[in-house]
Amino acid sequence: MPKPLRIAEISPMLDFLALTDRVHAIGREIIAQYADEVDRNARFPSESLEALKAEKLLTAYVPIELGGMGLDISQLSKICEILGQYCASTAMIFAMHQIQVGCIVHHALGADFFANYARDMVKHQYLLASATTELGIGGDVRSSICAVKIDGELFTLDKQAPVISYGAMADAILVTCRQSEAAAKSDQVQVLVRRDDLTLTQLAGWDTLGFRGTCSCGFSLVSKGRVEQILPGPYAAIHSKTMHPFAHIVWGSLWLGIASDALGRARIAVRAEARKNPGVVPISGTRLAEADIVLFTMRSGLQSVLADYHRLLDANNQDAFSSFGFAIRVNNLKISSSNLVIDIVSRAMLICGIAGYKNDSKLSLGRHLRDAFGASLMVNNDRILGQNATMQIGQRD
Amino acid sequence: MSAQQIRELIAQHARLSVNANELGEDADLYSAGLTSLTTVNLMLALEDHFNVEFTDKMLGRKTFGSIRLLSEAIQELVAA
Ligand SMILES: Cc1cc2nc3c(=O)[nH]c(=O)nc-3n(C[C@H](O)[C@H](O)[C@H](O)COP(=O)(O)OP(=O)(O)OC[C@H]3O[C@@H](n4cnc5c(N)ncnc54)[C@H](O)[C@@H]3O)c2cc1C
Repeated sequence: MPKPLRIAEISPMLDFLALTDRVHAIGREIIAQYADEVDRNARFPSESLEALKAEKLLTAYVPIELGGMGLDISQLSKICEILGQYCASTAMIFAMHQIQVGCIVHHALGADFFANYARDMVKHQYLLASATTELGIGGDVRSSICAVKIDGELFTLDKQAPVISYGAMADAILVTCRQSEAAAKSDQVQVLVRRDDLTLTQLAGWDTLGFRGTCSCGFSLVSKGRVEQILPGPYAAIHSKTMHPFAHIVWGSLWLGIASDALGRARIAVRAEARKNPGVVPISGTRLAEADIVLFTMRSGLQSVLADYHRLLDANNQDAFSSFGFAIRVNNLKISSSNLVIDIVSRAMLICGIAGYKNDSKLSLGRHLRDAFGASLMVNNDRILGQNATMQIGQRD
Repeated sequence: MSAQQIRELIAQHARLSVNANELGEDADLYSAGLTSLTTVNLMLALEDHFNVEFTDKMLGRKTFGSIRLLSEAIQELVAA
């Protein structure tokens, strides 16, 4: 006979269901209410972020011992997906913040500074941004021109960053850079710089097609701090174990949210159509059934990489994270999800018809479509495909 | 295997940020700019030159970390 589960083993699961209900409620009552206005004015979704902070959701991935919720990556993925259904900009801000939290949680909690910082994050619900992209490098995350300059216990770090999402609103920014002025461009570290220690001079605005609420302006960043703010270990290890898989999982999750909300709107259109002529399944119903298969494929890709990532995290074998096989699968998730989200929203558009095409209708899909096109550009799919091509040649398993 | 031959192949194919001819046998190639992606180029050149085939497990720091490690690994492959 199987041993009955203890309450402690069951309750996190039950609690998680209650938590997702709560996130849906915040989504409906707050996030969705501001989504169109945030999009129209390309402004930061402050009401949504305040609501997420009030539930301590910004530290959902911080271990329970440090005051966080101790959620795992699958649970975090689910929250990103739910948020994506209500406002993709809010979901993207939440997701990008969690990537930074993931880097700290996986790689830095052994250091006193970061363990204390994690407790402070819980208390103050700090929002963390990221500066990886650099002028002169583009989206090649594994190369930097800028370098951290260390002088005793102190450092200075300057970076020309063409895109830092919510940079102006963040409490801290994690910056990738070379580990010294003498280092090769791939010999990087990741440094946490706090708002009080940094100056941002805006280089470019963010009047884009989609993800308008992320306020991803370009900045010249000038910062200083103490050497303890440099995450331990080379960035190469942080990248392969955390930044790379985490980013593509949480992004893929919120894109799934965009796609599933688009199909939700399509379903409303189909139902209205069906009511006009009960007993006859409208052609749009067949289109919806087809589109749902694409959504199923998108979700399966995410689930497959999540399962892979859980396995590697449990085994905690650094070589496995850096294996070409795993990196290719993570990249496959990125490329396929970012293409499928456009496909699914386009299908929903055909189903909703004019109601989807209008900006002022309940079934409007304009924002979904514009947001969806951002997915293939954030780390350009052609760059990722190029890396996969190289890794295909190197892969031997 | 000849460290000098390996050094020349590194100079031609590894896209390092330093002059490969000045690299000591124990110098860390990753600090010198080797990445997992540029490893592939170097691997192909080494395989072609020494007529060997690296296994998947060898494509990391344990094999590509320095000229000496590479030389030992290639020696082993040739002997096998
Ligand atoms: C909504 C959104 C939010 C973002 N937030 C942030 C953020 O917070 N922080 C941050 O650092 N960045 C952020 N980015 C930037 C993003 O992650 C990418 O790094 C950036 O968009 C890449 O810029 P790029 O297209 O100019 O450059 P590249 O990636 O360099 O691409 C430019 C063009 O060159 C081609 N190309 C270049 N190199 C190669 C190659 N090796 N192989 C094949 N093709 C190549 C590409 O196909 C593409 O057509 C964000 C982007 C978006 C869309």
